[in-house]
Amino acid sequence: MSYVALVDRDHEQDHHDPDTFLTKYVWSQDHKVIAIQYGGLAILVGVVALVLSVLMRLQLGFPNEFALINPESYYQFVTMHGMIMVVYLLTALFLGGFGNYLIPLMCGSRDMVFPFLNMLSVWVYFLSVIILIASFFVPGGATGAGWTLYPPQSLSGGTPGTDMGIILMLVSLGVFIVAATMGGLNYVTTVLQYRCKGMTLMRLPLSVWGIFTATILALLAFPALLVSAIMMILDHSVGTSFFMPAMISEGQQLSYNDGSPILFQHLFWFFGHPEVYIVALPAFGLVSDVLATHARKNIFGYRMMVWAILAIGGLSFIVWAHHMYVSGMNPYFGFFFATTTLIIAVPTALKVYNWVLTLWQGNIHLRVPMLFAIGFIFTFIHGGLTGLFLGNVTIDLPLSDTYFVVAHFHMVMGVSPVLVVFASIYHWFPLMSGKMFNETLGKWHFWLTFLGAYAVYLPMHYLGFQGVPRRYFSLGTTDFLPESAHTLNASITISAIILALAQLLFFINIFISLRNGKKAKPNCWGATSLEWLTPDTPPKHGNWGHDLPEVHRWAYDYSVPGQSQDFTPQTVPASEVPVGRDHGVDHDT
Amino acid sequence: MTITLIFLACIMATVIFWLLRQTFNIQPWVSDEVADEVTGMSLDLKPQAIALTTFMAVATSLFALFASAYSLRMEMPDWRPLNEPMILWINSFFLVLASIAYQWSRAKVASTDIGSKKLVIGLGIAGVFSILFIFGQLSAWQELNSKGLYVSSNPAVAFFYVFTAMHGIHLLGGLYVWARSLAKIYQNQDLRIVRTSVELCTIYWHFMLLVWLLLFGLMIAT
Repeated sequence: MSYVALVDRDHEQDHHDPDTFLTKYVWSQDHKVIAIQYGGLAILVGVVALVLSVLMRLQLGFPNEFALINPESYYQFVTMHGMIMVVYLLTALFLGGFGNYLIPLMCGSRDMVFPFLNMLSVWVYFLSVIILIASFFVPGGATGAGWTLYPPQSLSGGTPGTDMGIILMLVSLGVFIVAATMGGLNYVTTVLQYRCKGMTLMRLPLSVWGIFTATILALLAFPALLVSAIMMILDHSVGTSFFMPAMISEGQQLSYNDGSPILFQHLFWFFGHPEVYIVALPAFGLVSDVLATHARKNIFGYRMMVWAILAIGGLSFIVWAHHMYVSGMNPYFGFFFATTTLIIAVPTALKVYNWVLTLWQGNIHLRVPMLFAIGFIFTFIHGGLTGLFLGNVTIDLPLSDTYFVVAHFHMVMGVSPVLVVFASIYHWFPLMSGKMFNETLGKWHFWLTFLGAYAVYLPMHYLGFQGVPRRYFSLGTTDFLPESAHTLNASITISAIILALAQLLFFINIFISLRNGKKAKPNCWGATSLEWLTPDTPPKHGNWGHDLPEVHRWAYDYSVPGQSQDFTPQTVPASEVPVGRDHGVDHDT
Repeated sequence: MTITLIFLACIMATVIFWLLRQTFNIQPWVSDEVADEVTGMSLDLKPQAIALTTFMAVATSLFALFASAYSLRMEMPDWRPLNEPMILWINSFFLVLASIAYQWSRAKVASTDIGSKKLVIGLGIAGVFSILFIFGQLSAWQELNSKGLYVSSNPAVAFFYVFTAMHGIHLLGGLYVWARSLAKIYQNQDLRIVRTSVELCTIYWHFMLLVWLLLFGLMIAT
């Protein structure tokens, strides 16, 4: 017996509105509330990581001036900053936050397929954050092994947090993976089976394509991290030798035998490289929608954009060892991984061309979300091009342990996705809250963030070329570095402090806009995709009122010649398109 | 990492090929009345079946990565092959019987009433043999332990404990759903719900059997 689509049984379903404070805001099963819980928690823990980065920069810019920062705490700050930013902020925010909010709305469904599982996901994520933060307060403190947690260093004496810190980190990651899997099952199933009538896969906005593909990557790649975490916990706690080699530490022979640290690196990067695209692909999708909406132009090469997302997703699993060139490997392997790494640049570059071509001859509205989206194109091109340097073995070897790498990965997977996060929050804020944000504050926030990011990371490329090593607590007296390198470090630190403080503008803006912001009109940007077409702004529980929407077109009918409006929502049938000559519609700005 | 790469290449190739098939020769910017009528379902499957398939892909990734780690770790000089306890053969037989019992229950749930004794018996047998399998695995642990083969003794032994523990945890998850299926039968819930539950459990049990046979095969072959 064939299965009847859920949308065809919509009127048979019970859509009980949550009626108590707890079921509405705490133990909520509504995807929008869960999205805000996920997003809020991710941003909160991200702020912790931001503060840690400022503390690190204080030491680097003004060495040994601050008693709070000693070598142990410095390495703890480095480790926790990296892990929080990559996993607990960006992954959680893109998949748990934007994925939860946008997938059901953009697909035209009332909620995720498994709302209870969705609720469990956010609370398990909360648990993982608690465990992670708790590691600051246990004896020995948080682990200071670096975010890659490489053994044997992460378990050896002399590294901070080898008692409980590393265990809590690994347990927290395991719990996070459980949360991400619960969410991922929901996202995949909802996208595949819970779309409204007329919503073919090729009518989905690119945001959904990006989040969907990233979810598949997360589901297949996170097990590698789980496997390595389990085995490392066993090495630490019960004396196995999966990763730990026979070694002498602090004058004592340890009980380990012939474990393979390289095995850990393979497992870690088998997760770690797809992780880059778990963050990047949702960003690619979201920024595509922001650019098309504010340029009043259909996205250039939609099909190519979809194929590029899929190609990047597939290729991201066969490039991991480019993170391990300096570990030593067979030159043929190095050649293979350098080749695949450079091949992945092709679909990525296609996407960049298509974003630029979307802007070309568009009716560009330089509102705050658009500024952040265009800023992303700059930083992503910049970070992507330095990636081409590092993808080659011979260039990577001398640069790998320098600030050039720090600059590269911060531009490509730090600044770029964060700019998309801001673009997306500003873009969808009127929908989520029903209020408009303050445009002036938003523009100040953009310019300080954009220029601040360049002031921090551009000079790091030069430091890298000069050979300034990364991961060092203090450079000390080094003959090969000119005085200007130290001056530049101080300048970077001052810029980083300004950049961090500029983020206060964002929080102030959100706060005052929620309290006193102008009421947002429905579909204030004149967008075409379904999330803007709900009967209420912000959408209520169940999203669509009595009837589910029906889709008659793709999500990018902007400025179609011969139509009187410069956008045609996805729900408008061909027979009802208003015909005229002018596009002169002035949307809320 | 060859095992993982082959596995992932297969999964990614399947997913990407399927997705690409949805996108070839489609011009979404053109008005399409046929597309207007699609139901929004990509596959003629229950959402629960999609979720289970996805979960099995995740679990396969997990076990394939463990198997890759096993094969890489074997190359180190301290590796000493393990003589696997004979009880593992009996345990494997229990799991085969559990899988057969589930398959039988699946046939019954498709053709009988919800209160059918045969269905309850079939599910009962499946559950009992699964529990016997778990106790059998614990007994294998006990046997190794009594021989002084602890988790830290040798990497092959450590992998044995890890493989059996991970597989056991997954099977315990299945037993939780099995218990819920029985509860649904006793509560006389809608036949469609019970049928879905039994059908999906059957697939999961076959999957767990396949995973176990592959892990067991890997261990006895090395």
